Amino acid sequence: MRPTMTNIATGQTIPLAAQEPSAHSHATSHDHGHSAHIHSQHQDQHRETKTIVLEQAILSKNDRLAERNRDWLAERHILALNLVSSPGSGKTTLLEKTMTDLQQEFPFYVIEGDQATLHDAERLHGTGCAVVQINTGAGCHLDADMVARGLESLLPSAHSVVMIENVGNLVCPALFDLGEQARVVILSVTEGEDKPLKYPHMFQSAHLVLINKIDLLPYLSFDMDQCLRYVGMVKASAQVLQISAQTGEGLAAWYHWIQQHRLTRPDRKGLSCSVFLD
Amino acid sequence: MHELGITRHIVSIVSEQAHGAKVTDVTLEIGKLSAIMPDAVRFCFDVVSQGTSLEGATLHIHEITGQASCHTCGMTFPLEELYDSCPCGSPHITRLSGEELNIKDMVIV
Repeated sequence: MRPTMTNIATGQTIPLAAQEPSAHSHATSHDHGHSAHIHSQHQDQHRETKTIVLEQAILSKNDRLAERNRDWLAERHILALNLVSSPGSGKTTLLEKTMTDLQQEFPFYVIEGDQATLHDAERLHGTGCAVVQINTGAGCHLDADMVARGLESLLPSAHSVVMIENVGNLVCPALFDLGEQARVVILSVTEGEDKPLKYPHMFQSAHLVLINKIDLLPYLSFDMDQCLRYVGMVKASAQVLQISAQTGEGLAAWYHWIQQHRLTRPDRKGLSCSVFLD
Repeated sequence: MHELGITRHIVSIVSEQAHGAKVTDVTLEIGKLSAIMPDAVRFCFDVVSQGTSLEGATLHIHEITGQASCHTCGMTFPLEELYDSCPCGSPHITRLSGEELNIKDMVIV
């Protein structure tokens, strides 16, 4: 199944180009004058082989595209957040609630990533915000190219907030920088307190951890102190907020965090550092 | 299964650099703390490389163990998990290796 993107307002669905290599059918010109470097040559009876040193990071292409997204967003003073979690952590409910409560203050846009269906995008479109749905098909995460296409379709206004709801998965999205200003990991108390140790890559890449569904704590054996210790072990500098998207408990602190980050300029790799001067 | 996406990146970069030449070998460096399983990359490589200049190429993977240095005692020590502390007890460490995800080289004909 190929990735597709649907603009919920217009209903238009377009296929997204997957990062698949094109079969090289053009003539074999042995022109290696680019970044590749010929290391050695070997002549045998039948054919000449060349070892070419590449020394290239596998994710370099994605990282370059992510930087381009980050620059594009920063020029327009747009705050983009990458929301990641397991399936069922309450991300969509949190987004619905957040956009309903804050959209009078500033415009929201949503890039919604799921393997299939338009369900979440339709739910979020109900709040009155512009939403594009990216269906990743077999893919288990969004990448920077998909987000670039989503931004092209949404054209978010200056000083707005773009929420990128990643595919529900605590493993794969950790490696892919989307160009966001900050990464927010949502962990619900029904998942158990040891998630940070089980998925250290994701928690290590987080700027903010939201512990959701705290209204259910009386019915569970979730050890909050232990969970906070585990988050601290994996990422000492991560900020943690305890919330319930259902009851609204703790959401004022989350809203304050968004308001603060709207005023800051992203550093490289997304950490906010300095206040906008305009 | 993000190894599929990772492998697509590998095949895309290598075929771009090969400029249509037949690729017989590709060598990768994968850190043991990188959250990428070499066996899954090998599995995906055969599928993803079909119909490209990498089809049939041999994939070599060098696995790199994790190492870190401690800010408190100065020792360099092996890192089994991303969140390990130094054996001296200090959590203030710098990771030196184990997170690599690189294409080292390729052999073309």
